[in-house]
Amino acid sequence: MSLTKAVHPEKYHKLPMRSVLWRNRASYLMMAPYFVLFFFFTVLPVLMSMGLSFTYFNMLEAPKFVGWNNYVKLLLDDDIFIIALKNTLLFAVITGPISYMLCLLFAWIINEFSPKIRAFLTLVFYAPSICGNAYMVWNLILTGDRYGYLNGLLLKLDILSEPILWMQTEKYIMPVLIVVQLWLSLGTGFLSFIAGLQTVDKGMYEAAAIDGVKNRWQELYFVTLPAMKPQLMFGAVMQITQSFAVADISINLAGNPSVNYAGATVVTHLLDYGSTRLDMGYASAIATILFLLMVGTNKLVQKLLRRVGE
Amino acid sequence: MAKLPENISKAPQPIQPPKHRLRAHKRKLNRSMAGNTLLFIVMGICGVFMALPLVMIINNALKPLDEIYQFPPRIFVRNPTLENFSDLFVLMNDSWVPFSRYILNTIIITMGGMLGHVIVASLAAYPLAKHKFPGKDFLFSIVVLSLMFSWTVTQIPQYMIISWMGINNTYLALILPAWSFGMGLYLMKQFMEQLPDSLMESARLQGANEWQIFWHIVMPNVKPAWLTLAIFQFQQMWGNTGSLFLRNEELKPLQFALQQITAGGVSRAGAAAAVTFVIAAVPIIFFLVCQSSILETMTTSGMKD
Repeated sequence: MSLTKAVHPEKYHKLPMRSVLWRNRASYLMMAPYFVLFFFFTVLPVLMSMGLSFTYFNMLEAPKFVGWNNYVKLLLDDDIFIIALKNTLLFAVITGPISYMLCLLFAWIINEFSPKIRAFLTLVFYAPSICGNAYMVWNLILTGDRYGYLNGLLLKLDILSEPILWMQTEKYIMPVLIVVQLWLSLGTGFLSFIAGLQTVDKGMYEAAAIDGVKNRWQELYFVTLPAMKPQLMFGAVMQITQSFAVADISINLAGNPSVNYAGATVVTHLLDYGSTRLDMGYASAIATILFLLMVGTNKLVQKLLRRVGE
Repeated sequence: MAKLPENISKAPQPIQPPKHRLRAHKRKLNRSMAGNTLLFIVMGICGVFMALPLVMIINNALKPLDEIYQFPPRIFVRNPTLENFSDLFVLMNDSWVPFSRYILNTIIITMGGMLGHVIVASLAAYPLAKHKFPGKDFLFSIVVLSLMFSWTVTQIPQYMIISWMGINNTYLALILPAWSFGMGLYLMKQFMEQLPDSLMESARLQGANEWQIFWHIVMPNVKPAWLTLAIFQFQQMWGNTGSLFLRNEELKPLQFALQQITAGGVSRAGAAAAVTFVIAAVPIIFFLVCQSSILETMTTSGMKD
């Protein structure tokens, strides 16, 4: 590095590539361990998944090239995939934006409290997203007989006369899963917002007040949001990726397969083919579609958010 | 706008020292009583909704068996007992593989994952944050891209690669992929970027090489980020039962053994409640201890173009 500094920036571009690489050898060496692992465990798997999606592959014989067959079958012949895709998009469209708004709303309200209360509230709201599969406690709430907490409460209030089999009734499965997913969704994005709010320069609020900002809502819109745009972008990535990947809660609360596949998502369908039926080519096609959906949505939303306040 | 002159008179005041914080809090600009009440109510309702399942986890762990199967169900325990935890210990002692082995496995896997990840990701983050070289933007952009999809997408090929490497059914099958966790590199790089360049420049003038600068100047200055990477890594690894890669019973982590107990049915409901409590409590306690470091790291988490 000290050497590169000595070369005038314009001349630097004229150096032969080999000498540029040699001058920066320390940088490349430092990055090597991470990026070698990153290549083998992230980049290569994505590429392999794309490649395998054009094959029939059962892990025993060598993959056989089948062209677009897997995709054609997925989109035209697989009714369950269509249900799964619909459910995943429903999760993405509902829990994505709502959880994003909730992260922002709660972070903003929490920011109004004194530091001690703020730390406590942060913990309460963030805890569900890190408590592992302890969300299984929802099984107790949703138990289908009279012993379930929700049924017990509704029976006591005379709203129900019979207990409801929440997780075995098709029309309740998705709404209940959406509620549980929202409960779980105040994760890394939420922390980023809390931290971001504290970095907004206090002087800007005072200046805004002088400029005629009258209430907290205007303050939020004109001062706070533009100031924390980088965090808003990061939070969006977190919430979008999470909302497309819903699977564990569906499997553990509604079962896999769930009643009439009402709780199926693209990921549960992927797990079904990848770990139960061992049709890896087909599972890879599902994974590739999921990859394109997630990355495409993220890129699109990034583009939109970049325009905010411009 | 009648308030305006008052606001102006307050504006130029210097930042309040901490002991005056309470008074400064009361004088916050643009805060109406009605707004405060509304937000307080919203916060209260949502707070109860968020906390209720956690409260249930705590209470269930303390309930004697007859209260777990009570009708109508009650959230709060009436005769708290530690019976469930002693049941859990009995079950643990009965297990086929000694329970201490599962705990040791979890310690090896999570410590190996956390330490390696912090070192490998910090090493890569330093040049990305502070050096200029060809390929830098491209490398960082693929890491950012990796934040945009979940690991399920890569699961099948990852399994195949781990088999080819011959590390299937070893601790490394869980540890090595964890080292290249994208979020860690991202957060570390963003955090290192805010270190002043003069810090490194003066070390360079004194003849330090890049490795020395990394180890003696950069690393001591990013301690909050180490903790954050370690905690996030722990959160990722804690819930993993490892059953995809680890077939030998004596290699499996604690999470696997705990989940076996919860699957034990009615007679083990008490112990299962204790297990759920343990599973939830461990990551929450870690977060609680490191909360301020994590939030400090997250202040730089934003995505610049």
